[in-house]
Amino acid sequence: MERLPILKIGSMLLVSIQVDLRDDMVIALQEDLADRIVETGARGVVIDITALDIVDSFTGRMLATVAALSRILDAETVVVGMRPAVAITLVELGLSLDGIKTALNVERGMRLLSLGGAAT
Amino acid sequence: MSAQELAIAGDADVVRVRQAVRAAAVSAKLSLVDQTKLVTAASELARNTLTYGGGGGAVVEEVFNGLRKGVKAIFHDKGPGIADLQLALTDGYTSGSGMGLGLGGARRLVDEFTIDTAPGDGTTVTVVKWAR
Repeated sequence: MERLPILKIGSMLLVSIQVDLRDDMVIALQEDLADRIVETGARGVVIDITALDIVDSFTGRMLATVAALSRILDAETVVVGMRPAVAITLVELGLSLDGIKTALNVERGMRLLSLGGAAT
Repeated sequence: MSAQELAIAGDADVVRVRQAVRAAAVSAKLSLVDQTKLVTAASELARNTLTYGGGGGAVVEEVFNGLRKGVKAIFHDKGPGIADLQLALTDGYTSGSGMGLGLGGARRLVDEFTIDTAPGDGTTVTVVKWAR
């Protein structure tokens, strides 16, 4: 099965989703990220969804799960690059993504994480 | 565009259904937000067909109402059907491992939503989204 690459940048992990997500890839990403956070001791995870033209309840749940499990593993997750049409649809679908940090783009997401890291 | 039949038997098929619905929505000149809503609804419904219906199929076609264009998508399975439809459409209710937003959420994202189901008799969900 195709797996999404997870890049380590300093103390952060970056996942940039560039393909049409299959559910099995979404589940694999969740597991891979948990492993990589522990393995690298990363303090932050940036998930770039700029290329995603939809986020449905399955993908939305994955984002919430990654945010929750990274928190337990002492890392912070930021979801970046959500398209406006995707945001509108998510709200109407009923997914508010409570508790998930977001930023407009990768650069801002990484800055948010490094600021948070310095403060705590 | 003529009606397109797609099988739903695995995760890759859900992606293919999304792509077919997206292509039809672009062809019917739906706005970007409406395209996104329809494709998201299709993704939820195709996953339901796979997860709860045990697989099935989708029919995607362009429809017309006078000068108005739209996209119709039908999702059908021969699974166990839905015993309590009202409950199944309630946000937060799930009989599986989902978030319980699939059916009710999909209904909010489209203009027309009809569901035909009976216990033991499979489920057919038809949705339509019109260009504005």
